[in-house]
Amino acid sequence: MSDMLEIRWHGRGGQGVKTAALLLADVAFNTGKYVQGFPEYGPERMGAPVTAYNRICDEVIRDHSNIYEPDFVVVVDETLLKSVNVIKGLKPEGAILVNTDQGPEKIAAKLKGYAGKVLTIDARKISEELLGAYFPNMPMLAGVIKMSRVMDEQVFLDNMNISLKHKFASKPQMITGNMKVLERSLGEVQGL
Amino acid sequence: MKHKNVEINEKIGWRDISVAGHITGGGTSKEFHTGDWRNLRPVLVLEKCKQCLLCAPVCPDSSIAVTRGKRQEFDYDHCKGCGICARVCPFDAIYMEKEVVSDD
Amino acid sequence: MIKDRLSGNEAVALAMKSMNMDVMAAFPITPSTEIPQYFSQFVADGATETIFVPVESEHSAMSACIGAQAAGARSCTATSSCGLALMNEVLSVASSLRLPITMCCVTRALTGPINIHNDHSDAMGVRDCGWIQLYAENAQEAYDNYIMAVRIAEDPKALLPVMVCQDGFITSHAVENIILLAEDEIRKFAGFYEPENYLFNSREKVAYGPYDSPVYFMEHKRQQAQAMIDSLEVINAVSQSFGDLTGRYYDLLEAYRAEDADRLLVVLGSTAGTAKQVVDELRKAGEKVGLIKIRAFRPFPVQALVQALGNAKIVAVLDKSEGMSANGGPLFADVCAALGGRGPRLVNYIYGLGGRDVRPLHIKEVFEHLKDDIEGKTPAAKTAANYRYLAVRE
Repeated sequence: MSDMLEIRWHGRGGQGVKTAALLLADVAFNTGKYVQGFPEYGPERMGAPVTAYNRICDEVIRDHSNIYEPDFVVVVDETLLKSVNVIKGLKPEGAILVNTDQGPEKIAAKLKGYAGKVLTIDARKISEELLGAYFPNMPMLAGVIKMSRVMDEQVFLDNMNISLKHKFASKPQMITGNMKVLERSLGEVQGL
Repeated sequence: MKHKNVEINEKIGWRDISVAGHITGGGTSKEFHTGDWRNLRPVLVLEKCKQCLLCAPVCPDSSIAVTRGKRQEFDYDHCKGCGICARVCPFDAIYMEKEVVSDD
Repeated sequence: MIKDRLSGNEAVALAMKSMNMDVMAAFPITPSTEIPQYFSQFVADGATETIFVPVESEHSAMSACIGAQAAGARSCTATSSCGLALMNEVLSVASSLRLPITMCCVTRALTGPINIHNDHSDAMGVRDCGWIQLYAENAQEAYDNYIMAVRIAEDPKALLPVMVCQDGFITSHAVENIILLAEDEIRKFAGFYEPENYLFNSREKVAYGPYDSPVYFMEHKRQQAQAMIDSLEVINAVSQSFGDLTGRYYDLLEAYRAEDADRLLVVLGSTAGTAKQVVDELRKAGEKVGLIKIRAFRPFPVQALVQALGNAKIVAVLDKSEGMSANGGPLFADVCAALGGRGPRLVNYIYGLGGRDVRPLHIKEVFEHLKDDIEGKTPAAKTAANYRYLAVRE
């Protein structure tokens, strides 16, 4: 299972962290991978810290435990950096992606002790400029693809286009908007 | 009592007894003579009865049949002798008497 | 063959829909809520002809299923934890009336203390209610078991309700790869439900559930017990034909790398997957370890288990519920009874209660303890007793 990719998501209840993890599972599945996408449930309240996980592999995944030593960590809400140890167990050869308007150096300084790569993306800015509202999901999903290189970017975009067409069959304007978000986000990950 | 032509009685073994006690065929309670439970027996005094029919619906054992607007004699095979009919009768047309042990 | 990725709850809801059940009656409770939720969406979309009955409690859900099934309708439900406990009374009514109802039990700890996470205390609490219980390792097995459950339940040799158990959150809420069957294949497999006796049969009257006096009650219980014994064969036969259809063959239990193992685990549910990975890892290092995953817990597969445990020196039975017997958990009790004092030494671990995560390192720990036990060392388990706890703070 050495080629298994393990990802941990941190966010707050209501930010669609579970949905993002399931979307990643979807898109990886579409490219022929074995996947797992699952949330860690706790007291379910708006704003409470939420964790979700992904495993992606070329072989059948049988491990049903949570992920303790992820290859990658995604932080959907940067205020969590204060309250949650987001780098716990994170592999030094891996990377962390944080949704913030600050650059990687400033975030790295807040993640004392993490020797690996620190990446940032301003999901709020991208989402608000292109969709007119704050949906951090899509920029973060694109950011994860960029960070993990789990699949080719064009393959990712093509697959997302199919998924979104299915999901927003009755709201076609959402398809083009979200596709623009994904394309732009792939180019706006800082610290690569 | 029968289930699909199998006689269900106290000698039947577990292999042959009806599954889960299901009973096929309707109206099988007729075969169960609850009249044996009776120690008081209702008696109808026909000349006092006005056929008001208050007694028939209150009988818990459906032992007062009504035919063409008239109540019939008690169904003593199933009447348990509870006496409700005697209590509701406004004309004292029903009285209860001690059950007699018949000679046969 | 349809490749998809679904959570365990989605998969079961889909299986229920594909079979075009006549009636689903359910009351929501975490973590099974999604099943009636997805299902009522199917109903609202007109994707199924099933009548969905939103009831006011789990007791009513099972009662509605009993009424519907007795009337002649194929009925199903889903529940968890306290919901299953509330059904307890009527579960025995369903099984003793020999009504082939199917249910998905999304296992969750029984309160208290209050907890919404996974363990098997709910399902174990109703293990004596006369329901067949099948346990699933992952979403695929939950789906497959559910499709098989209907045929197992309705087989005239069984005529027993079936509970398909899957682990709450761990498989119910995890999206995984799954292979689905086409709806017409499932319907063909499940067949048409035509019970011998049913209340809506206008040609022949039948009474269900008469009072059973002491002169009859025991004969009916003996008969019901025989149905449970005979259902071992039914499960095997249905699993065989499901295998012929899908290529996925299931037995009463799965022996994984067990043949020449000196140390074995006996487990239920999702832990089997995690443990298989550990077994593979330890096997690579030359250690003779393996595991037995019990698929059918009721009826308990005694013969298959005795055979599978044959050559081991020591066996750890992992119980995801505390039986409060002061003598180990319920799975342990059944394994002990099956072996009747013969065969390998048996030890019991209570583990994974109330959602305590079961990690590969915990499984490794058990295998290390077993090694110590074999070598006669003071075990790292800190006790030589056979009744132990895994991953509890001392």
